[in-house]
Amino acid sequence: MKIMDLYLPIANISVNAFAIILLGGAVGILSGMFGLGGGFLTTPILIFFGIPPAVAAASASSQLTGASVSGVIAHLRRNGVDLKMGYILVFGGILGSFFGAYLFKLLQNSGQIDTVINVLYVVLLCTVGGLMARSAWRAIVAQRSGDPTPVRTRHHHRWIVALPFHWRFKASGIYLSPLAPLILGFFTGIMTELLGVGGGFILIPAKVYLFGMRSKVVAGTSLFQILFVTATATMVNALTNHSVDIVLAGLLLVGSVVGAQVGTRFAERIPPDYMRLGLAVLILLVAFRLIIGLGIHPDEIYTIEVTR
Amino acid sequence: MIRFLSILLGWLLLSAATEPTLVPDVSDRKIEIRYSFHGTQILVFGAILYPNGVVPDGQTDIAIVLRGPSQSIRVREKQKLGGLIWVNADETRFRSAPAFYAIASSRPIKKIVDANTADIFELGLNSLQLSPSSGMAVDAEHRFEQGLIDLRSRNALYANQAGNVEITNGVLYRAQIDIPARVPVGRYTAEHFLIRHGHVLAVATSNIEIHKIGFERFVAVSAVAFPLEYGLVVVALSVLFGWSAGVLFKRI
Repeated sequence: MKIMDLYLPIANISVNAFAIILLGGAVGILSGMFGLGGGFLTTPILIFFGIPPAVAAASASSQLTGASVSGVIAHLRRNGVDLKMGYILVFGGILGSFFGAYLFKLLQNSGQIDTVINVLYVVLLCTVGGLMARSAWRAIVAQRSGDPTPVRTRHHHRWIVALPFHWRFKASGIYLSPLAPLILGFFTGIMTELLGVGGGFILIPAKVYLFGMRSKVVAGTSLFQILFVTATATMVNALTNHSVDIVLAGLLLVGSVVGAQVGTRFAERIPPDYMRLGLAVLILLVAFRLIIGLGIHPDEIYTIEVTR
Repeated sequence: MIRFLSILLGWLLLSAATEPTLVPDVSDRKIEIRYSFHGTQILVFGAILYPNGVVPDGQTDIAIVLRGPSQSIRVREKQKLGGLIWVNADETRFRSAPAFYAIASSRPIKKIVDANTADIFELGLNSLQLSPSSGMAVDAEHRFEQGLIDLRSRNALYANQAGNVEITNGVLYRAQIDIPARVPVGRYTAEHFLIRHGHVLAVATSNIEIHKIGFERFVAVSAVAFPLEYGLVVVALSVLFGWSAGVLFKRI
């Protein structure tokens, strides 16, 4: 398979191009099926390939830009985006990604960047994987026993209501302080910059359960935000640490945009609960691999940083 | 002036007549990193010129050091914190660590020269002059050095290939040195050492340039020189890919 080897000019290593396209494709299928960007899987797996963490996160975020484009266009056509909410989220996200870049520099200088990224990933993957496994399991059990799946109603959370200045978000059908989406956008922006994730797995539940947004606009508004915030993160990465590898991003994109289209079609045929359980197990496995590195034995005791 | 030149010429002839010299060369003066680069091999070779062309009796050894550009680096060490999690707990700086270092020799270095000579000419991984930052305890410094050498050895950036130099008829020598895929770019030197009875009798160097070419070079240079344009191109590419896939698949 040496023929498929491709040299990545920024990561400075050769990788099997086919393997990266497949990875992009697999993540794309997941994103098409579940509406998740899948950045939380791309970045750690790229790191396992030996790609430096900063390059992995930066290149994965441009993959997310590509994966969200066609979704945003489709949702815009059928009025599935609350633009007012979207603009505030994007604004918060852009602020967050700048702050994330600052944090990155700070942590890099103190030598703790890799540990922080890994710990954040473990927390993230365990939470997402655990919640997904639980809800998929409940749905499967409910289906087998014939009970109807319990549906959570949308409602405002108490501390969200306590925030000042309430604006009307017509498309979402809510009155809400603009500070709530601003803060949400800010934190997901930090995550996009540091971890190379879009943050859909946090955005969607937050919008449904905390903001109480109309479900018709939840996915579209999230994709709208992810599109612009990941594009900003790519720009910030390109300008500050020059860690975006265009060849790596291109390979991931080819796989993921095709995968996303396939995934959307799959989603209509395969029972989603079993797939969701499978995905949850995969996410927990990645988390487990990271936990080994953090707690049991690190891959390397010594690390080298070239300072000039 | 003429007298000076004749003295110089006489001195050169005289010295050439008493000490052997080396004529060094390498198979590639330039190594180019392209789209499918996964490492290469370089042949470092040369000839030993003895005064009057007489090959003396006894053991003659050749050592060849292929060395990459010198780097200032920071090495961090992980320790287990509270018995729970591994974090970077200690660090030190080395101001002159070679980005690449491979040594090939006709016999193990320890059998050719003593430790002192090895240190002077930086022969062998344990004789590298790394210029550690001052104020470090000696054992800690040693620990970090070993950590650095071990890590780079496993990435094939530091290598010790004892017994890899072949000497033919006491005159011609050659060594094959592996260049890994992860090799850093820059100016490299191959230093050739002629050693007899524990003494370095002649030293010669040849230069090698390792660089990215074509598209790989263009990308690596633009990412740093035009970061704004580079970022915009990546974003535009992402949007274009995503959008066109959406349009294409709608037709199918």
